[in-house]
Amino acid sequence: MPLIKIRDLHFYRGDRTIFDGVNIDIHRGKITAIMGPSGTGKTTLLRLIGGQLRPDKGIIEVDGQDVHKLSHKGLYELRKRMGMLFQSGALLTDISVYDNVAFPLREHTDLPESMIRDLVLMKLQAVGLRNAREMMPAELSGGMARRVALARAVTLDPMMVMYDEPFTGQDPISMGTIVNLIHRLNEAMGLTSIVVSHDVMETTEIADMIYLLSAGKVIESGSPVQLKHSSSQWVQQFIQGLPDGPVPFHYPGANFANDLLSSEVPA
Amino acid sequence: MIGWIRSLGRWGLAIFERLGRGHIFLWDMLRGIPEVMLRFSLVVQQLHSVGVLSVMIILVSGLFVGMVLGLQGYNTLVDFGAEESLGVLVSLSLVRELGPVVCALLFAGRAGSALTAEIGLMKSTEQLSGMEMMAVDPIRRIIAPRFIAGIISMPLLAAIFSAVGIFGGFLVGYGLLGVDDGAFWSQMQVKTDWYDDVLNGIIKSIVFGFVVTWIALFEGYDAIPTSEGVGRATTRTVVHSAFAILGLDFVLTALMFGEI
Repeated sequence: MPLIKIRDLHFYRGDRTIFDGVNIDIHRGKITAIMGPSGTGKTTLLRLIGGQLRPDKGIIEVDGQDVHKLSHKGLYELRKRMGMLFQSGALLTDISVYDNVAFPLREHTDLPESMIRDLVLMKLQAVGLRNAREMMPAELSGGMARRVALARAVTLDPMMVMYDEPFTGQDPISMGTIVNLIHRLNEAMGLTSIVVSHDVMETTEIADMIYLLSAGKVIESGSPVQLKHSSSQWVQQFIQGLPDGPVPFHYPGANFANDLLSSEVPA
Repeated sequence: MIGWIRSLGRWGLAIFERLGRGHIFLWDMLRGIPEVMLRFSLVVQQLHSVGVLSVMIILVSGLFVGMVLGLQGYNTLVDFGAEESLGVLVSLSLVRELGPVVCALLFAGRAGSALTAEIGLMKSTEQLSGMEMMAVDPIRRIIAPRFIAGIISMPLLAAIFSAVGIFGGFLVGYGLLGVDDGAFWSQMQVKTDWYDDVLNGIIKSIVFGFVVTWIALFEGYDAIPTSEGVGRATTRTVVHSAFAILGLDFVLTALMFGEI
C-alpha cells in the first residue's frame, strides 16, 4: 500500500485549471520525483499533500488518512510526521541555526535541553553544518540554508520529507551535496521522499520513480530508465531540454508573415 | 453605467470579504490566547519589542505635547486670571484625550507598522508556511503573543505619555511662565477624578491597543507576499489605525463623557 495515494485530484485557481484528474502513488521508502515545466503546480501539489490547500475534487491520503477530512488537531498531528524543505529554506530569521533546528523539538517535546542539544548536533552533523550552529540565517549561503532547513525537516524523525525545488539556484558543489544528502538520508532514516524539481540530471540520478506533469495531468510516469526510453515526444523534449517540440519555442499567436505584412502599429 | 455598478459591487464584496477574513483571524487569535498564557515568556519577548522599544518616542512626544499644552493653556487662561488652573487643563487634556489618542497614533506608527512588516516578511519568506508544516500553528505561536503584548503595552505607554506630558506642562508653567507650583498640583489633584478621567482614559487606551494591534497583525498576515505587498500593508496599517483610533475616540468619548 502506498504511503501517499492521490486520486482524481482537481484544483483550480480562479478560472485556471492547475490539476485536472491527477492520480499519483508515492511508495514507502522510495524517492519519488514530481517533474514538469515551471507553473505546472508542482509546489501546489506539495501544499495539497501537506493540507495547506484544499482540492476542489479528489482525495489525498497520507498513511491511510484523508488529509482534507482531518480536524485541525488531526492535521497538525499528521504534520509532525511530515517534513518539508521549502525552496527558500524558510528558516526563522531571528534565531540561530542551532535554535532553528531545535525549534520543532522545543515545540513538540518536553525533552531536557541537554538531550535537545545532542539531537540537534546529530542532525547538524548529518548535513555537515555542526560547526555553523552559532551562525544566523542571514550569514548562510543559499546552499547552507537549505541544508539547515533539511536538518530541521528531519529533526522529529518524520516518515516522509517533501522537497520543493531543492536544486534550484545552487552552485555545482552545493547541488552535489544536496543530491547526496537526499539520497543518504532517505536510506539511513528509511524515509519516503518526494522531490519536486525541473532539474532533470540531478533528479533522475536519485529518483526511483518519476511523474511528469503538464497542463494539469500526469503525462508520463515510470523509472528514470523507462522515461529515458519513452516514445512520447513531449517527454523526450523535456528530458533532453530541447528548445522546440510539442512545447513550441514561439508563444502561440498570429502567423509571423502575416504580422510583418500587417500595418498595425501597437498603441 | 453597468460597468460602474459592477465595479462598485465588486469593491463592496471585496471589503466585506476582507472584513470577514479579519474577524475570522481575530477569532483564531482569541482562541490561541489560553495556550499563550501558559507560555508567557513568548509574550514577555514581544512586550520588549512592541512596548519597551516604543518608550523613547512616547517619552519625547509626551514631553513636547505637554509643554505645548502648557504654553497654549497659559495664554488662554491668563486672560481670565485663571492661570493657576493650568494643571487641571493639562492633566485633563492628557488623561482623557491626548494621552490615549496621540499615544495610540504614535503606537500605530512605531509598533503597528513594525508588526505588519515583520509578519508580512515572515509570510513572504515562507516562515509562516514553514511553521505550519512543522505542525506549529503560526497564529498561536507568532500572532497571539504579539496581540497580547500590544494590548498590555498600549495603556502603559499611554500612562507614561500622560505622566511625562503633565511634567512637560509643569516645566513650562512653573519654570517658564511663573505659575504657582502648589496651585498647579493641588488643583490638578482636586479636579482630576480617578474613575471619570483616569479610568476612562485607561479604557480608551486598552481599546485602541486592541484595535491597532489587531489591524497591524491582520494586515501583515493578509499581505500579498511581495515587497510591494508588504509595503502597502504597512501603509494600510497606519492609515486604517488612524481612522479607527479617531472614530472610536469619538464613540468612546460620547459614551463616557457625553450625555448620549
